[in-house]
Amino acid sequence: MKIIIVGCGKIGTTIIANLVSEGHDVVGIDSDPAVISNLTDLYDVMCVCGNGVDCDVLAEADVDKCELFVSVTGSDEFNMLSCYLAGKMGAKNTIARIRNPEYNDKSLGFMRNELELSDSINPEQLCAREIYNILKFPGAVGIETFSARKFELLEIRLKPDSPFDGTSLAELRRKFQAKFLVCAVERDGVAIIPDGSFVLRGGDRIGITATPSELSKLLRETGLLQKKTRSVMILGASTTAFYLAKRLIDAGISVKVIEISRERCEEFSRKLPSVTVICGDGASAELLMEEGIDSADAFVSMTGLAEQNILISCLAASRNVPSVITKINRSELISMAEKMGLESIISTKKIVGDLITGYARALQNSIGSSVETLYKLMDGSVEALEFSVQSDFEYTNIPLKDMKLRKNILIAGIIRGNTPIIPAGSDIILPGDKVVVFASGTRLSVLSDIMA
Amino acid sequence: MNYKMVFGTVGTIMRIEALLMLVPLITALIYREAGTAVAFGITVAAAFIFSLLLSYLCRTKNQTIYAKDGFAIVSLAWIILSAVGALPFVISGDITSYADAFFETASGFTTTGASILRDVESMSYGCLMWRSFTHWVGGMGVLVFVMAFIPNLADRSIHIMRAEVPGPVVGKLVPRIRDTAKVLYIIYAAMTAVQVVLLLVGGNTLFDSIVHSLGTAGTGGFGIKGDSLAGYSAYTQWVTAIFMLMFGINFNLYYLILMRKAKSAVRSTDLWTYIGIGGVSIILITANLRGLYPTLSETVRHAVFQVASIITTTGYSTVDFNLWPGFSKAVLLILMFIGGCAGSTAGGLKISRVVILFKTIVREVKQTISPRSVSVINYEGKELEKRTVSAVAVYFALYIFCILAVFLVISFEPFDLETNFSVAVSCFNNIGPAFGAAGPMASYADYSAFSKVFLAFAMLFGRLEIFPMLIFFNPRTWASSQR
Repeated sequence: MKIIIVGCGKIGTTIIANLVSEGHDVVGIDSDPAVISNLTDLYDVMCVCGNGVDCDVLAEADVDKCELFVSVTGSDEFNMLSCYLAGKMGAKNTIARIRNPEYNDKSLGFMRNELELSDSINPEQLCAREIYNILKFPGAVGIETFSARKFELLEIRLKPDSPFDGTSLAELRRKFQAKFLVCAVERDGVAIIPDGSFVLRGGDRIGITATPSELSKLLRETGLLQKKTRSVMILGASTTAFYLAKRLIDAGISVKVIEISRERCEEFSRKLPSVTVICGDGASAELLMEEGIDSADAFVSMTGLAEQNILISCLAASRNVPSVITKINRSELISMAEKMGLESIISTKKIVGDLITGYARALQNSIGSSVETLYKLMDGSVEALEFSVQSDFEYTNIPLKDMKLRKNILIAGIIRGNTPIIPAGSDIILPGDKVVVFASGTRLSVLSDIMA
Repeated sequence: MNYKMVFGTVGTIMRIEALLMLVPLITALIYREAGTAVAFGITVAAAFIFSLLLSYLCRTKNQTIYAKDGFAIVSLAWIILSAVGALPFVISGDITSYADAFFETASGFTTTGASILRDVESMSYGCLMWRSFTHWVGGMGVLVFVMAFIPNLADRSIHIMRAEVPGPVVGKLVPRIRDTAKVLYIIYAAMTAVQVVLLLVGGNTLFDSIVHSLGTAGTGGFGIKGDSLAGYSAYTQWVTAIFMLMFGINFNLYYLILMRKAKSAVRSTDLWTYIGIGGVSIILITANLRGLYPTLSETVRHAVFQVASIITTTGYSTVDFNLWPGFSKAVLLILMFIGGCAGSTAGGLKISRVVILFKTIVREVKQTISPRSVSVINYEGKELEKRTVSAVAVYFALYIFCILAVFLVISFEPFDLETNFSVAVSCFNNIGPAFGAAGPMASYADYSAFSKVFLAFAMLFGRLEIFPMLIFFNPRTWASSQR
């Protein structure tokens, strides 16, 4: 599929890297020749050097033949104009990055309609939502929802003394009455899709799916998670921090933001008066102690410097803050941070990259049972995908235990109408269902790909 | 340096070469040449087994390659290709000395077309086919071929393409390198097929048509007769001349025409400069040659053919241009330096470099007259980066130094200055015939074994545009630590 990306900065490059590895024909547009030459060295893409709102440049990139046009430059207005032009010139789907909080939901909807955008993405808001979801389940490494909250996927690291240690998955389901599935396990850096005989060990990183109510029941009964988050300390008053603080305040959680620039502190407190804004250097341990890092339930480090975020997160972890979230925007640092013991790592690039990849996969198969949601877990080695089942799916009405699935594939959930089902061997798939599938080592783009 | 990746890729290349050798093997079988068929059979088997071994020993998960790895892969691949490709000649006994066979194969792959054979007509059909087939493969590039047909290449394979495809700037036609390589090869194969058909229509035998088309497409120039194309009909000569000129044009333009963007193809500076230089040369030579041949049409045909052959660095000939007046020979010698368009199968300095150098000179003069004037160099409607402009200038200097070095080394041979200089120019620019004792109707047979191997490397340097080989032979490339 032909895809054009305008703006090849950090986010643009991540999107390009993802799409190229998915096998799409990608064309990048950027006005900086240095960026262009670096990009063509690293990835198998074609690049056009020029202004993304220049019709000649768009024509050179063959915009009339592209299926998906994504504009992710730093300027919202530029992105809107670029997408509008591309749409007029024949691009079939357009996505613009629009992130200014002043374009609120109402005006954004109007603009999206008028500019004929297929979608708009706000990386900062997506990032804030992801952090918020993690904070809702303190102790979780990551969390994702499927089918408008019918299913939740929780990624969690088992403690060495966890009640799950030494139990097989089959026993586990008998022991706890809650309906849930362990869908993916990462042990010693290798991710697997486990079956019933798999025995969990302390230190494993596992992915659990369940309905939200069952999930909280399970967590309560097993004591997997700590107490509810009541206070959060945020380092860095960025736009993401603003979106996050807003969500937290709305949920009744107290928020303290530490920021070095007085100007930004003032602006932040003007917008969100109920947040405690501290003007000071967050890198100073003294200041963090004084502001009560020891009593915070969660600590979110999201300054512009990834290195600083990592080190301060280590400090917070050493002060026994229950959940520590680190925002890292340089992918090469993420594995280093994980080696240093940081678990909850958020990267805006990754979130946006996953989103666009999922979008592209769904477009590729607009006919047939297509991908609705794509989420990567265990550092991208396992994918969780949500498909909607169309009537042309051949394997309806067959009990799951009789279906010959490929290796490393697990059907983790079925949503029929409004009812979520955690499937057992006797369950069947019907047309109109939504199905959540876990896969490791394979790329699925249509539901029938799961069959052997 | 990612040694495993470098040698693993070389293993793949050997396997591809083994497959390519099936073409002459089949030819030899058709013509019932048992000795030649066995020679190719042995080489195919040996190359295949060795390549499997190499690929097995060098299997690796780390597929990352950087620019220097790309250069090393390409240089090593081309040297190995020539070394292995020379074996059937020696085994079958068609060429007795290995140095000669290496020269002949390198000359084939680099599309030079310089031959050490005194008596081409006594060669077996299988060997003749292999000689011409190396032109066809070498013309567009072996690694480009590999990229087109082997899936799952590493992300950074652009480094390989850049090292192999000649020209100052290497662009892609379509986003994916694999598709780009495919498009190039499809255009290339289609044009070759058209030429084969046209030659067949002209009453040539199938073998002659195929061999000459392969040599034309790769702008190589191995003939199968002692006097090259002199003995063929005027029709055959015209068709070959026109196709030589067509293969000297940037292939991107053909793609643009296919994509119905003929307008932007016609606007190309490269194309018009190429046509202009070719046209002026033809007029000058025709004027200079008047009276030498009985009719004007024959004079024009010889002028067109020789100009087409030299500017595209092919090296076919219809007359012994060694006997032409000095002025015509001077024009041809200058054309040897210029060469065809970038992105074609032709060698030489390339038209685009000549234009850029010329524009740089004009700017320099302007700046000397009014020192504060500011101007940028545009090419094909786009501003050229400063780096590209300076890279072209550096390349030109290096190119001249290399030719001079080759000239100096082969001057030990007992030939006159004209012969040695034109041989250096001809080999380095992948043309083939030179002047004097190495003229179009003569051969390189009298050069010493050392000079032959040296000239073979000169051809490889010229084909890969110097830098890949220079980097390959630089010990720092292979040093394990940063120094």
